[in-house]
Amino acid sequence: MKYAISTDREFLLPASRRFIFASFIVAVLLEWLPWHGWALVVRPDFVALLLLYWCTHKPHRVGIGIAWVLGILVDVADASLFGQHALAYSVLAFGGLVLNRRVQMFNLREQSVHVFGLLLVSYAVYALVHWQVRGFVVWEYFVGSLTSALLWAPLTLLIQTLRRPRRNPNEL
Amino acid sequence: MLEDTRALHFFNRGPSSVARLVFFSILSLLLLFVDARYRYLESTRQIIAIIIYPLQRLTALPGELWRDTAEYVSLQSHLVAHNEQLRLQHDADAARLKQFEALLNENAQLRALLEVKQRVDYTVRGAHIVYLERDVFKRKLLVDIGEKAGALAGQAVVDNQGVVGQITRTFPWLSEVTLVTDKDNVVPVQVVRNGLRAAVFGSGNIGEMELRYQPVGVDIEVGDELVTSGLDGTYPAALPVAKVVRIERDPAYPFAQIVCVPLAGVDRHRTLLVVAAESSLPPRPQEEAAMDGPRGKRMVRRGAR
Repeated sequence: MKYAISTDREFLLPASRRFIFASFIVAVLLEWLPWHGWALVVRPDFVALLLLYWCTHKPHRVGIGIAWVLGILVDVADASLFGQHALAYSVLAFGGLVLNRRVQMFNLREQSVHVFGLLLVSYAVYALVHWQVRGFVVWEYFVGSLTSALLWAPLTLLIQTLRRPRRNPNEL
Repeated sequence: MLEDTRALHFFNRGPSSVARLVFFSILSLLLLFVDARYRYLESTRQIIAIIIYPLQRLTALPGELWRDTAEYVSLQSHLVAHNEQLRLQHDADAARLKQFEALLNENAQLRALLEVKQRVDYTVRGAHIVYLERDVFKRKLLVDIGEKAGALAGQAVVDNQGVVGQITRTFPWLSEVTLVTDKDNVVPVQVVRNGLRAAVFGSGNIGEMELRYQPVGVDIEVGDELVTSGLDGTYPAALPVAKVVRIERDPAYPFAQIVCVPLAGVDRHRTLLVVAAESSLPPRPQEEAAMDGPRGKRMVRRGAR
């Protein structure tokens, strides 16, 4: 593969606490944009995606606790039941932590496949809770996991670019 | 800048990730159970809602700005024509309103003669939609009238064509509106043509509602309009709700399958009206509620608390 993502260098890039925090704020804001109709069905879950990114790339920094807190915030904003997103995100973060070592071996396309699987599990958890409480499942909901997985590669490239230290202008 | 890039050591970092997963999962399930069963967490939810409210408004801003700009730069001629049209409409409406007032007086007089209880008056307030639905599972709206402006759970929300839904949860500056088309949401209605009472159920699909539990031979035709009956006090009476579009009368089933479309443009408007009716219905006697069976139970406002 062309992308040299799998080399360890990319995983050694620094990420300040502030940067991680800011990225989550941006993701939450993106999620809260007034999506509706079809856009809502295909809306990627930005928070889940970013969570997975940090769980696989900086497992020391972002873990299940942060995932849970984010889930609670999303629950309030989405007016879903308390703990619904929190549970789904906790499972997702756990998947990310488990996959952390393995994902470094893969290129972006292989990563996307794994990410899709993890997202599918987390979406299934959310849908399962909804089904238990309300008694029905909207199958279009799962489209979101596919669009999110498709967004994995662009998102990874974007964040890697942002994390790369600026080149010294005096160089060359 | 050096970074901690060692492999994940579970042991020098407190509990293992499996333990954490179990802990947070149990915590989530506990919250879920408490929230779904007992609804103890409304105050917590409100506090978090207040904290994130500015951010939420921020995300709604680009759309609003775009629409405002579009309005601002609309052509002068367009505006003049629109104004003219509105003025004509206003004149026509004013004439009809005069008639209506006369009728209202006459009606009041007749009711007084008959000693029938007066219909409740209701106040109407405009509200802007802040969000459309937030979740594929639930078609809900958030409007910008909250507790501070006197919104209460249970108030009906209408647009210029009919009932949109009902306020089911209030925050200090926002209210959550559950749509009439929400899955298994029930509205007590009446057929305009013959006064038949029925209940119309949401299907979960924005453009469709069902009239359930009507016998195969029921006197309902395609094109019949359904208005709220005002029974049960949930919605004020005589607000248009839906129109019948398809009837399947299959004698093999005890009930006819009647499909309606909601009249209100649930997905077409930016502003809605919140109808605050002073409910003056006496409390429902206990035995009657029990005799009504499952349907009576479902008629109780869903989500209103």
